[in-house]
Amino acid sequence: MVVVNSNTRVIVQGMTGHQGAFHSGEMIKFGTKVIAGVSPGKSGTKVNGVDIYETVYDTLNLHPDASMISVPAPFIKDAAMEAIDNGIKLIYILTEHVPVQDTMEIAAEAKRKNVFMIGPNSPGITVPNECKIGIMPNHIFRKGDIAIASRSGTLTYEIVKAVTDAGFGESTVIGLGGDPIIGTTFSDIIKIYNEDPATKKIILVGEIGGSEEEKAAAYIKEHVKKPVVGYITGRSAPPGKKMGHAGAIIEKGTGTAESKINAFESAGIKVAEYPNDIPKLLK
Amino acid sequence: MNLYEYMGKEIFKKYGIPVPDGYKVDKVADLKQYEFPVAVKSQILSGKRGKAGGIKFAKSENELKEESEELLNSKINGLQVEALLIERMLDIKKELYLSITLDRASKALIIIMSTEGGMDIESVPENKIHKIVIDPLIGYSDYISREAAEFLEMDGSLKKQFSSILSNLYNAFMGEDALLMEINPLIIDKTGNIIAGDSKVTIDDNALFRHKNLVINDPEKTELENESASKSFTFIEMDGHIGVIANGAGLTMATLDALTLHKLKPRNFLDLGGTDNIEIVEEAFSFVLRVKPEILFVNIFGGVTKADTVANGIVSSKKKFNIKQPIVVRLSGIHEEEGRKILMDNGIKAFSDMNSAINELAKMKGV
Repeated sequence: MVVVNSNTRVIVQGMTGHQGAFHSGEMIKFGTKVIAGVSPGKSGTKVNGVDIYETVYDTLNLHPDASMISVPAPFIKDAAMEAIDNGIKLIYILTEHVPVQDTMEIAAEAKRKNVFMIGPNSPGITVPNECKIGIMPNHIFRKGDIAIASRSGTLTYEIVKAVTDAGFGESTVIGLGGDPIIGTTFSDIIKIYNEDPATKKIILVGEIGGSEEEKAAAYIKEHVKKPVVGYITGRSAPPGKKMGHAGAIIEKGTGTAESKINAFESAGIKVAEYPNDIPKLLK
Repeated sequence: MNLYEYMGKEIFKKYGIPVPDGYKVDKVADLKQYEFPVAVKSQILSGKRGKAGGIKFAKSENELKEESEELLNSKINGLQVEALLIERMLDIKKELYLSITLDRASKALIIIMSTEGGMDIESVPENKIHKIVIDPLIGYSDYISREAAEFLEMDGSLKKQFSSILSNLYNAFMGEDALLMEINPLIIDKTGNIIAGDSKVTIDDNALFRHKNLVINDPEKTELENESASKSFTFIEMDGHIGVIANGAGLTMATLDALTLHKLKPRNFLDLGGTDNIEIVEEAFSFVLRVKPEILFVNIFGGVTKADTVANGIVSSKKKFNIKQPIVVRLSGIHEEEGRKILMDNGIKAFSDMNSAINELAKMKGV
């Protein structure tokens, strides 16, 4: 278990929206304690049997631990700051297309207030049998000892399912987000996974852009004894093109798949060529 | 989105950063009387423009016409020159480098400066470069420009001008939601004035809702790519033969990688995103068909995007667009069995795992 567990009390900012309503319902089915929703102008209503409040402040007597934020991109900064300012210690931002400058300020404020921040543009975090905050499909998980961190959504589900189908199970799965600036990064999560007693093996699913995979590889080389399997997407991506994720871009020759694969391999991480090869490398 | 030099300089001007007198033209007929000599600068989004012959000089009206005519009819670094920036020549005393950019590693803006301007900053030795990270919660303050001016060995009037340029550049960066603003070279002329010799500006596409005036077609995108900007899916043209539709940016990239590892070349990247709407699937097909792929490959891991919805979208697209190319489909996840049955019933090959589907494509292409 990492960061969240069966006791984690979750509010959803933007719960009355299409995404918020659907995914909070799925989270409740998964077993997550969704205790309140926040949607300005919609207080007094209910979604999935859960009360909607006007502000995060109004939910504080319910003792929320975490907030899932699913509001349109222009309002993300305000919503995230509201959660942080009200003392919520874990914020997860689902929304894609958040301006980078907004994320930069949210991330700095989260760090200052010691808030665990996931995203933006992330599918969230799942601890099988305990808690899911986000949009990962419920049926692909099985409790186990493999921790997964990824910058993608659908590709993560593909890999989780392959891991589960191969007879393994997951301790924690986190989608870090596809943006150039994100809260929790590979180099943060690798330390947490390394210290997590429920995790025996680790899978890192990286992609082109930035240098977080390289930083995590350097840490793994020094400190991590648990077996790590890696996969990097974007080998075939042309330079200068944003490959669907705002953060998946090769700029001035940096952030290439080759550099990341080399960093992984030199840290003793087995690198899969195809996503479905990952379970083989876990054996 | 990267902006042309003249667009970047318009932003600089708006924020009080001095730029040379000049104007942009896109045809020779629009050339104006001007104080000579002038620089004739191709407006293309490519580095090393000068070395590639993209910048000419003119001392007379005739020269200006000739050089302009020639540049507007040429390709520089493979890019057709569509516009020129005609600028008064500067008496250069010294060339510096100044930029503000997003530093992913420190999750903050970083100011980069050097006494060695006019060349690629990557080729300047580290000890000639100074970097200052701006704490997002503090922002810009005058002590930053004092530190910068000291590194650049400026005082008096130069220091004063530079401080104003740096603080204006920061305001421009924040005000326009930039990801990069680079002045290279930042020129000190013989009369002791500091002027932005060039501009390289990248704007955050995700912040365009705050800058409605900047809504223009991205010059580095193809016509179809720009057209797809208003759609819920992401579309990028490539130069292979296999038309690709997948869901999720990561899975779409992984699909292109897997094809490439099998010596199959993708014709495009299309991330369908999260949708449960047949019409969006049809729209995605209409885009991919316009780049005329030899074979179509649909790779879906169903979640929010349900496999049977995509299957129905494939069947209806095949009829609607009278698709003659072979279609290979891989469907997994939510409603996969229903989806594969719909396809099989309509004579379309459907697999449950990605590798089998790609092997099938490789067989078809004979690689």
